[in-house]
Amino acid sequence: MNLNMIQIILVVFVAFLAGMEGILDEFHFHQPVIACTLIGLVTGQLLPCVILGGSLQMIALGWSNIGAAVAPDAALASIASAIILVLGGQGRAGVSSAIAIAIPLAVAGLLLTIITRTLATGIVHFMDGAAKEGSFRKIEFWQIVAICLQGLRIAIPAALILALGAGPVKSLLSSMPSWLTGGLSIGGGMVVAVGYAMVINMMASREVWPFFVLGFVFAAVSEITLIGLGAIGVSIALIYLTLSKRGGNSNGDGGSSNTGDPVGDLIDKY
Amino acid sequence: MVDQIKLSKKDRISVWWRSTFLQGSWNYERMQNGGWAFTLIPALKKLYKTKEERSEALTRHLEFFNTHPYVASPIIGVTLALEEEKANGAPIDDVTIQGVKVGMMGPLAGVGDPVFWYTVKPIVGALAASLAISGSIIGPILYFVVWNAIRMSFMWYTQELGYKAGSKITEDLSGGILQDITKGASILGMFILAALIERWVSVDFSPVKVSSIKQSAGAYIDWSKLPSGAAGIKEALIQQGSGLSLTEYKVTTLQDNLNQLIPGLAALLITFLCMWLLKKNVSPIVIILGLFVFGVVMHVLGVM
Repeated sequence: MNLNMIQIILVVFVAFLAGMEGILDEFHFHQPVIACTLIGLVTGQLLPCVILGGSLQMIALGWSNIGAAVAPDAALASIASAIILVLGGQGRAGVSSAIAIAIPLAVAGLLLTIITRTLATGIVHFMDGAAKEGSFRKIEFWQIVAICLQGLRIAIPAALILALGAGPVKSLLSSMPSWLTGGLSIGGGMVVAVGYAMVINMMASREVWPFFVLGFVFAAVSEITLIGLGAIGVSIALIYLTLSKRGGNSNGDGGSSNTGDPVGDLIDKY
Repeated sequence: MVDQIKLSKKDRISVWWRSTFLQGSWNYERMQNGGWAFTLIPALKKLYKTKEERSEALTRHLEFFNTHPYVASPIIGVTLALEEEKANGAPIDDVTIQGVKVGMMGPLAGVGDPVFWYTVKPIVGALAASLAISGSIIGPILYFVVWNAIRMSFMWYTQELGYKAGSKITEDLSGGILQDITKGASILGMFILAALIERWVSVDFSPVKVSSIKQSAGAYIDWSKLPSGAAGIKEALIQQGSGLSLTEYKVTTLQDNLNQLIPGLAALLITFLCMWLLKKNVSPIVIILGLFVFGVVMHVLGVM
């Protein structure tokens, strides 16, 4: 479908917000479930975009910026794939191919992130200069410039896709054979595991593996909702913390240490 | 006697709002330093009036800084308290302030990551995503409201806590509370992650038929003997309800067999494979693309 001028401006604005948040990580406008929904809202294709956002959110659950490491870029992935979904005009049927498109975009976004973060290094040198002058205004100015750069990181690619227009996007999507889209949606079901694996690798220790087993078994009981599982998890954590103190043999090594990770060791051996 | 300069609640709210933009100028050289200075500006503006003092203050706050963006708040609080004392003439030098910042950012990042990125975000995200996948607008709204309510209140209260406790908070940090929070978050996180893997990693071997057995008469609904019209539908539903099979052949797929053994086993194995590959320093992007290729190949072969 074709978008009118106001819709195009709003889409670029949403893309800008998502780009900013991609670095700030505060309001989470860049999280797929929000970003795709906003694109759907401004283009009037809410339902397919909400579904796309939900599916991408599942994949991106474990993606997070830890320390200096940059996660695959959820912002570009969700904004661009949502725009493509809208332009393609296939509605819900287009969701699985949009997901497949989102993944390479997440990689492209990673490169853009690295470029902007490198540019920001130059900006803080301007800030050093401003600090010498004791000028608050200039520091604020450069901080805002840096944030806007991050916004443009997503807004420019979004504008490019919009400029490309519905025609090419549509023909690209319809040229995908069904064995490919079918296979991609199966792949999409599995890639969720990568995010989880990243997080588990960070958290796992000998002490917490039994809780992993409990979670897995409880989840197999399909009557328990996600909220129910959360309640069980919180209770178990509280019980464990209380009991481990009462036992009196609390060794002071804390949960953060990654020593003694039996499954991890097992995995390492292969 | 010189008047004591105090930071008002308005100043602290202004700092709190600006701390939202902490990571805006994140860079490879000194990471969050620009955002840190930007955050403190309302306070520094009030505390220091001369150009020299302002220049010194800004320079000392453009030093390297990096932590989890939310747990920066208690550090900001403590820094506000220190800067306030310094402006009022207390002998606090740059090294002390930098020392407090660096001393707190490490341990606090160690709490922020497991609590927010590994526990709260996957739980809220999965809940919202599962609603959104079924087409419900409640999903995204829920995520936005819950996430920001948790984040904003956490940042405000811990900043206030840091401001009021001042440098004393560093002693509290070495106590047990922080360790308990980290451990509790890891336990909850592992529990929820396992549940999410069981529920949401879908590996389906349904196209593979293990066996197809012709069932004995009476074990399935004999469609030719049903009355016509609505009565027939009713009869069929009653028969199905009493345990009769819908078809003459009982088809068992590989997926059925796996589900009887351990539901979600394949998902678990895929996750372990990913963990192993990640530990071998294979890039997550490569693994993701690999899984897509694997999915297409298996689909074409008719296995999945």
